[in-house]
Amino acid sequence: MATTDGGGVLRVLVAKVGLDGHDRGLRIVARILRDAGCEVIYAGLRQSTETITAMAMQEDVDIVGVSMHNGAHLTLAPAVVGALRLAGLDTPVLVGGIVPPADIPVLLAAGVAAVLGPGSSNDEVVATVRAAASRPRADRAGMRQAAD
Amino acid sequence: MPGQFPYTRGPYASMYRSRLWTMRQFAGFGTAEDTNGRFKELLRSGSDGLSTAFDMPTLLGRDSDDPLAKGEVGRAGVAIDTMADMATLFSGIDLAAVSTSMTINSPAAPIMAMYVGVADGMGVERSALSGTIQNDILKEYQAQKEFVFPPRPSVRLVTDVMRFATSELPRWHPVSISGYHIREAGSTAAQELAFTLANGFAYVEAACAAGLAVDQFAPRLSFFFNAHMDFFEEIAKYRAARRIWARWMRDHYGATDGRSLQLRFHSQTAGVSLTAQQPEVNLVRVAIEAMAAVLGGTQSLHTDSFDEALALPTEHAARLALRTQQVIAEETGVVHVADPLGGSWFLEELTDEMERQAEVIFAHLAEAGSGSMLEGTISGIEDGWFVSEIADAAYHFQSKVAQGEWIQVGVNGYVEGDDVAPSTLSVDPAVESQQLTTLAAVKQRRDDDAVRRCLTRITAEAADSSINLMPALIEAATHLVTVGESMRALESVFGLWYEGNVV
Repeated sequence: MATTDGGGVLRVLVAKVGLDGHDRGLRIVARILRDAGCEVIYAGLRQSTETITAMAMQEDVDIVGVSMHNGAHLTLAPAVVGALRLAGLDTPVLVGGIVPPADIPVLLAAGVAAVLGPGSSNDEVVATVRAAASRPRADRAGMRQAAD
Repeated sequence: MPGQFPYTRGPYASMYRSRLWTMRQFAGFGTAEDTNGRFKELLRSGSDGLSTAFDMPTLLGRDSDDPLAKGEVGRAGVAIDTMADMATLFSGIDLAAVSTSMTINSPAAPIMAMYVGVADGMGVERSALSGTIQNDILKEYQAQKEFVFPPRPSVRLVTDVMRFATSELPRWHPVSISGYHIREAGSTAAQELAFTLANGFAYVEAACAAGLAVDQFAPRLSFFFNAHMDFFEEIAKYRAARRIWARWMRDHYGATDGRSLQLRFHSQTAGVSLTAQQPEVNLVRVAIEAMAAVLGGTQSLHTDSFDEALALPTEHAARLALRTQQVIAEETGVVHVADPLGGSWFLEELTDEMERQAEVIFAHLAEAGSGSMLEGTISGIEDGWFVSEIADAAYHFQSKVAQGEWIQVGVNGYVEGDDVAPSTLSVDPAVESQQLTTLAAVKQRRDDDAVRRCLTRITAEAADSSINLMPALIEAATHLVTVGESMRALESVFGLWYEGNVV
């Protein structure tokens, strides 16, 4: 079972943010994480920064995964991180989808914990989620300051 | 024989000997002015057809100033808010001389209305307009997910465009029934074939129910399939598609015009087969997929650019993609024979097998719809059957990759070697603010009373399904009503559709 440091089952919120409807990757990632023992909250299509933040709070998730294939990641991914931090949540945000290599450092600098591109293996997906979730709290607080 | 019922070997006897497939590359980015420049460049370099990609807000019927559009204006296609943008998009282009393809579905009717309004304004006869609007809403619920309204009122919009085109636009293709997105979402080849043709049957039934005779509109229906990596399976899929369509149109729908029985299709190489790892290898994949489409008798083809798993294509990558088609057409000699693989035991058996698998799916849908493919398809959308069938197939494939049963070169095999990231295209972030300025200026100069009158008419006519909405939408377009305003007026009557979140 994938667990947090506290020993509970890892809770992951996965969502499409913005208008893009390419959900093949998101659905596959949801099943991979579920098969790895995570509790997956599948928010599905057309979520906004507000709905993602509200769900992250209500569902008390350990990780937020957002999927984008429409070239809007530089606007939308930092907006998701910003909205979570503004709400006082230090939940790590993972981005999956089509992201040009040059944009990856930009997203990381904006507080995204990791980017999973096309061809990521099932093991990589699970390992990346676990690594992001198991980052010490102090480190996440540092991330939060960087995002502010 | 090619050109003879049931057209397994091709819709025409001479195929590419008399007319090559159309090399139709999909393009669109930024503002209408940016894309107009690209269109003119394509026409100068000898292209005779244009293909328009719209940005995500336009595809979802949202204006550029809608809060939901933020960050997406002009990103993955061109931003069109009003008929003024549409006029800029086609400015200086003779709409009577070029054929235009517009890839849009939920707002197909208001976008078609704007195109007709622009042509009217240019003094081009409606009967001279040639082109295609995708206008295939059913696969949106199944795969591409760019739906807005629930299925039934959406199908009414599809048939309104079909009725309008049948009476006013004799050279227009009012629906392009598309399996491409179904396959990209993860379906098998047989599912792509069966779901697409089932959607086609559903539109035939809907158009007949709306009062059209089958031979009035069926000759203008066209299809759009994926060209994937399993070479012989793909060729068999195209052959089976032609045979099934011919038989069903004759035997189930009573079509008698030969053109109603001939399935004609556009194809595009599989975006999902492209890898972000060792991206130059994608050139090889695209060439093989394009060859399958040509040997399968495609009427037009888009070849993907090798950098599409990384970003929107650069001009360099897009040129190599087009060159791939030109090499097949000019250098390989495959164009001299129609259906060159016909008669091969393996291919004929695969074609029969594709047809058998499709018929099993048709039987399931017909049962779900008590004999009606339209009802069966809508029921499969409403209960999530299509989505879960496709998701199961996608996950099954991913599991084969994870377990190494399927080797994807550069991903889970042969991973060593150069993995140099190519330079990728970036869209100028200023596009969004430029488009917002344009939209604000249009809203400033238009007649607000006329806008209100038009929206009231749309709402009233939406409530009466016997009325064709196209005249009201054309009137609205000419008074510079935005796509978003027309769509919200329709929404007030039709409501919205939400997908159930079943993984």
